[in-house]
Amino acid sequence: MGLESFLVRAALAGVGVALAAAPLGCFVVWRRMAYFGDATAHATILGVALALALDLPVFAGALVVALGMAAFVSGLGGRGHAADTLLGVAAHSALAFGLVAVSFLPAVRIDPMAYLFGDILAVSRADLVVIWGGGALAAGLVLWRWNAALTATLGPDLARASGIDPVRERLVLTLALALVVAVAIKVVGALLIAALLIIPAAAARPFAATPERMATLAALIGAASALGGVGAAWRLDTPAGPTIVAVAACLFALSIGAAAVVRR
Amino acid sequence: MSLLSVRDLCVRLGGRVVLEGVDLRVEPGEIVTIVGPNGSGKSTLLRAILGAVPHQRGEVRLRPGLGVGYVPQSLAIDPTLPMTAARFLSLPRRVPAAETEAALARAGVAGLGPVQLGALSGGQLQRVLLARALLGEPELLILDEPTAGLDQPGTAAFYRQIEAVRAATGAAVLMVSHELHVVMAASDRVVCLNGHVCCEGRPEHVASAPEYRALFGTGTGGALALYRHDHDHAHDHGHGHGHGPHHHDHAHAPEGRG
Repeated sequence: MGLESFLVRAALAGVGVALAAAPLGCFVVWRRMAYFGDATAHATILGVALALALDLPVFAGALVVALGMAAFVSGLGGRGHAADTLLGVAAHSALAFGLVAVSFLPAVRIDPMAYLFGDILAVSRADLVVIWGGGALAAGLVLWRWNAALTATLGPDLARASGIDPVRERLVLTLALALVVAVAIKVVGALLIAALLIIPAAAARPFAATPERMATLAALIGAASALGGVGAAWRLDTPAGPTIVAVAACLFALSIGAAAVVRR
Repeated sequence: MSLLSVRDLCVRLGGRVVLEGVDLRVEPGEIVTIVGPNGSGKSTLLRAILGAVPHQRGEVRLRPGLGVGYVPQSLAIDPTLPMTAARFLSLPRRVPAAETEAALARAGVAGLGPVQLGALSGGQLQRVLLARALLGEPELLILDEPTAGLDQPGTAAFYRQIEAVRAATGAAVLMVSHELHVVMAASDRVVCLNGHVCCEGRPEHVASAPEYRALFGTGTGGALALYRHDHDHAHDHGHGHGHGPHHHDHAHAPEGRG
């Protein structure tokens, strides 16, 4: 029973994160927010450290820092290169301070590796509720704003002429990103969350004719990566988070290869 | 009542006055073209009308309930975003397939619905953008340099399409252009803009106005002046300095030029 139930919980956690990440991941790819996603994820280590020091839930700490990064970047308002640099400064500083802060905590309480690379096999029932609840909220936000955000992605003036505020749509997407990052930290860890956003979407691209098809395919590829990754990690005794991402990367390579063959 | 009336509009962007005291009206069914040099505030005026930039003074009044269709200068589609022409027309609101087809046909690109936007030529893409603007049968079409990426025949064909659309739907058209020679033929009214309205009126009136000539050159009309200018450039490139003096208006074609 024990063995089976923790594997089932791990699989459920992985699939939950993959489904939440898929539609958002498509926007991350289309809008070239990959670096922003990565930076937000890295910064959450500081939130993890603060939460552990203050005896708060890790999810809450990660979410607060992710939202802080989102607000910071929205305030920058996409001011080109300077924004890019400031984002890098903020993200890596947060990661560094987070790792330093972790070292002050009693060693028995935290293994930083668990938050850098995830600890999906230790996911509890309560974690599952947080992952599926937060994931559903993030996916719901993206699906609710789907058409408006797509229009804004194609062009701000095009959006405004249709009565859509592109700034608001960007804010909704950053909010969803903060949520996904916060729920995914336990599953794949801060260093690899962006991979779970980008790789399934990129793997889906060659076989999608519409945005909806791309998001659906990305969800399937992400879920398959999660299941395959958890299974492989169990059998090969490898870290689960990186194994999930490795499986996704293999699916991406297959997809690109298949697309090249089909085109010929 | 005018479809659109702009009164004493002032727009400042980043501390710079871009538009100062601009007045503009568009009546039902007419084609109005805004011309002006680079940086004259043409696009800013359109964006102020759309509400995309705030104005510091004056007012922009659209007739209540007016349907507006907007055609942007171009569309930068990220290659990672799959998007068929038909799906694009259903953004942000779902449109029945029959309406999508009708709009594409009216814009001169019937049957391109299933094609990816990235696979379209520049002229086809502009027509798909026009088709999207035609959905909902707007009474006013706003076009921002719709032919910026097109060659001369493509530009001429696009403006013929605009006239055909106007004839079929009765929609008024407000557009920005720097294709002066085509504009002269296709517009009912031309507004010459350079931060403020320099002159406006029927195309032939504007072409002979001193304010217009001051901006676009003298001669028998701005368009012709531009042509001559282009010709001189090609000519100078075709000859080295060893050829001796010659007159530019001589009709001798150097070798290698058609």
